[in-house]
Amino acid sequence: MVEISSNLLYIAFVLYLIATFFFAGSIKISKDKEEKKTSRWSLIGIVITLIGFASQIGYFITRWIAGGHAPVSNLFEFTTFFGMMLVAAFIIIYFIYKTSILGVFTLPVALLVIAYASMFPREITPLIPALQSDWLHIHVTTAAAGEAILALSFAAGLIYLIKFVDQTKSSKRTFWLETTLFGLIATLGFIIVATSFSLADYESKFNWVDKRGQEAEAAYHMPALIGPHKYESVTDGSFQPLAEVPALINAMKLNTFIWSLLAGTILYLLIRLIFRKRVAAILQPLVRKIDLNLVDEIGYRSVLIGFPIFTLGALIFAMIWAQMAWTRFWGWDPKEVWALVTFLFYAAFLHLRLSKGWHGEKSAWLAVIGFVIIMFNLIAVNLIIAGLHSYA
Amino acid sequence: MKEVKCECGHINPVGTALCEACGRVVGEEAESSKLLDMRYEASPRRSQNYNRTSVDKIWSFFSSVKVGIWLIVLTLIASALGTIFPQEMYIPPNMPAVDYYEDEYGTLGKLYYQLGFHNLYSSWWYLLLIASIGISLVICSLDRVIPLYKALKNQRTAPREGFLKRQRLFGITETSGQIDLESIKKNLKNKRYSIKEENGSILAEKNRFSRWGPYVNHIGLIIFLFGGLLRFVPGMYVDEVVWVREEETIEVPGTSGQFYVKNEKFIRQLYDQEKDDQVYNEALKKNPAVIKNFQTDAVLYEKKGNTLPGEQPELKQVESHSIQVNKPMKYKDFAFYQTDYKLDEMHKMKFKLIDKKTEESFGKLTVDLYDPKKKYELGSGYSVELLNYFPDFEFGENSEPITKSRIPNNPAFVFNMKTPDKPKGETSFVAIQQTIEPQENNKYKLAFDGIETQNVSGLTIRKDMTLWYLAIGGTIFMIGVIQGAYWNHRRIWVQKKNGQVWIAAHTNKNWFGIKREISSILSGTTLNEPADQLDDKS
Ligand code: HEM
Repeated sequence: MVEISSNLLYIAFVLYLIATFFFAGSIKISKDKEEKKTSRWSLIGIVITLIGFASQIGYFITRWIAGGHAPVSNLFEFTTFFGMMLVAAFIIIYFIYKTSILGVFTLPVALLVIAYASMFPREITPLIPALQSDWLHIHVTTAAAGEAILALSFAAGLIYLIKFVDQTKSSKRTFWLETTLFGLIATLGFIIVATSFSLADYESKFNWVDKRGQEAEAAYHMPALIGPHKYESVTDGSFQPLAEVPALINAMKLNTFIWSLLAGTILYLLIRLIFRKRVAAILQPLVRKIDLNLVDEIGYRSVLIGFPIFTLGALIFAMIWAQMAWTRFWGWDPKEVWALVTFLFYAAFLHLRLSKGWHGEKSAWLAVIGFVIIMFNLIAVNLIIAGLHSYA
Repeated sequence: MKEVKCECGHINPVGTALCEACGRVVGEEAESSKLLDMRYEASPRRSQNYNRTSVDKIWSFFSSVKVGIWLIVLTLIASALGTIFPQEMYIPPNMPAVDYYEDEYGTLGKLYYQLGFHNLYSSWWYLLLIASIGISLVICSLDRVIPLYKALKNQRTAPREGFLKRQRLFGITETSGQIDLESIKKNLKNKRYSIKEENGSILAEKNRFSRWGPYVNHIGLIIFLFGGLLRFVPGMYVDEVVWVREEETIEVPGTSGQFYVKNEKFIRQLYDQEKDDQVYNEALKKNPAVIKNFQTDAVLYEKKGNTLPGEQPELKQVESHSIQVNKPMKYKDFAFYQTDYKLDEMHKMKFKLIDKKTEESFGKLTVDLYDPKKKYELGSGYSVELLNYFPDFEFGENSEPITKSRIPNNPAFVFNMKTPDKPKGETSFVAIQQTIEPQENNKYKLAFDGIETQNVSGLTIRKDMTLWYLAIGGTIFMIGVIQGAYWNHRRIWVQKKNGQVWIAAHTNKNWFGIKREISSILSGTTLNEPADQLDDKS
């Protein structure tokens, strides 16, 4: 069962990848004004997406049966589910607005998310007492669905900016747009590096001294550019760190982060070298025909649809569950606080839009920031902040 | 600022863009602009009207959306700051916070502590921010909802030309001869528009209720925040912890002696690689100690009648429940949660009285560490007196024995052993692993003879009468957001004017949707679709 489940996920992944190319293809052709062919290409694209989605649902159900609980209980499962919801949100919006271009941007983001998810341990984990509740499923699924729909506004915002930002001269706008795209590329960089070293079974161990002055052991799965505090290599002939950090800093995470940036930078520079253009400028022809008002509205609607779902899942259901599991509905735990931050951010977004007339470009930038906040809460809070917690 | 006078002679309050009497577009700003600002139906608000007294100034401050957004953004940033390092409530309790932040997080940690960010969410300025949002919500809603209500209620079925022309969606169709609006009306009705007519002018409108969405959700938020305030009202909120040993019945704190709880058994289970589902094996191999269950089999008693202090209360069983995480025991307004435990806590200590040389035993005694007796009779003239007891023993500053707490973590005793040959008795100081004899040359000794342990369960007792307000507030909030987000208020005006048909339309959001709807309403007629006047700007 577990095997079937992971195969289904794999199939879904490949199908999304193929669908992306069909959506992209439909746009290429539409430049030549062959309306019929356009619709055929995007029709194939959406059909493949739907099959991929069905396959991912299959993954979800089989894993649920195998594990005895909904697969949303660890970082791998949750992040994968978020990717699935992203595709679901795209499918819904596709049927409302019939825009293939949205697929060209959303599906790759979903692909990145799913690939990123699979970098975490993938075993089925038993549930600790606090997680043994139906509210686990209810809360996590609605929260993820809400976040995914909100994230769709990021895809729309990106499309808007790629078309809108003038690429003929460099400006603050081109800089930040490139930074955003670089973030996506660096994620890809991380996935490539992590996969390569894990295929190569890389491991090198160090003894080091933690902040309480105690001896500890660290096992790196990527060559250590950054060594832990007062490290001593245990594995013979392994790559020796270039630098050492104080005990306060988690050297292993920093090392992974630097590798990702490095890989991202190399990828990015390669792309720039080959095309001799900014990445956004390379993408610009794809969006040439798109109606800015329409993408703007898609972005806004995603926020309008996603905001209530997010509030329900990430705040209200979360509070109900917290009241049962932890005796209090709210405890200022970092994950809770970041859900509140996300909520406040999109509340500000809506007010700025409705009352201050922040449409179009401003709204698109906000959507980008919103996505950063969501991803931060989804992943970084667990890895960085909760990491501090578990350290203490 | 001054009043706005209309051609028709009516004098309108400041901020008016449509004359209250005749509906003409008035005011320099509105007249010169291409599109009408329809946000509040172009009607004036209190915050624009007056600006004299300090009340008015505060009013217009808090009713400003700009201020509201600033408050939201500041709260957002402050909240995020509080997650950089753990809040004080999450740090280990055995160390002063001052040292903890510096030790763990270095200079930044120290700064964090000095700025008071370790208790950020209960700091006065954070609470002030939240309170300001609350005030702002009340004022901004009052400021807008009444004018909006009036404007929507009194809106004209046949607005003037200036109004129509300044709508974002607007178009004119030249017609030769008669044009029949019946089919359009039918199409509008099919799309569930309600229609008003006046001299051949049509106003079709739907989903006006969605305009109240923001106000409904703001009311929900206000109730929610109010519920949060109520926590500070005495009697609304109880948060206590009680430690109950197995077999023990104990008064429940926070209930003024009304309830007693008994711990029949405490269970802690781990996942088992053999017995539990095989799919977990891989995960359990990496991390073998995963908790499966914490459980207290508890019985709740209620006291009957009044008792004098010291009198044994008469108890009646009212509830029994296996309390697990996520499955609290509930009775009346109280809930009992499984939140903590201690396994194998020392509970009874056993000794035997022996002759140091011959090791002959003269009897045994068991000391209940929570309820030690003064004297233990061993028979045949042997007895042991307990002169002093230190449940959590350590040496004090002047190396005298003291106790750190009342929990028997490290019990120590001063015994007096009375025997037929030493009728005055010999004293002995007995602690774990050590015996100190003041006289140095005792004949008898209390030898350690075993220990009985017990599990202790930590239960949290909670009463929270504010939950109702929060639930109601939350529900109203959700209704409001959904109302405002999933429906849009749409209006379409159709007017016949000397051989022309004018069509204008307005929606509060989702223009793409209304354009598609209009196009389907007008299909099959000869009328042109109104153009988006925002489009030809760009
Ligand atoms: C955390 C606090 C708040 C939340 C969650 C919230 C939520 C909302 C939502 C969801 C909307 C509807 C937006 C839309 O449909 O696009 C809205 C509208 C609005 N809010 Fe808030 N709000 C908050 C605080 C405030 C504050 C402090 C003010 C005061 C200045 C305010 C003033 C308004 C106004 C004026 C509208 C527009 C009403 C209209 O034009 O129909 N809000 N709010």
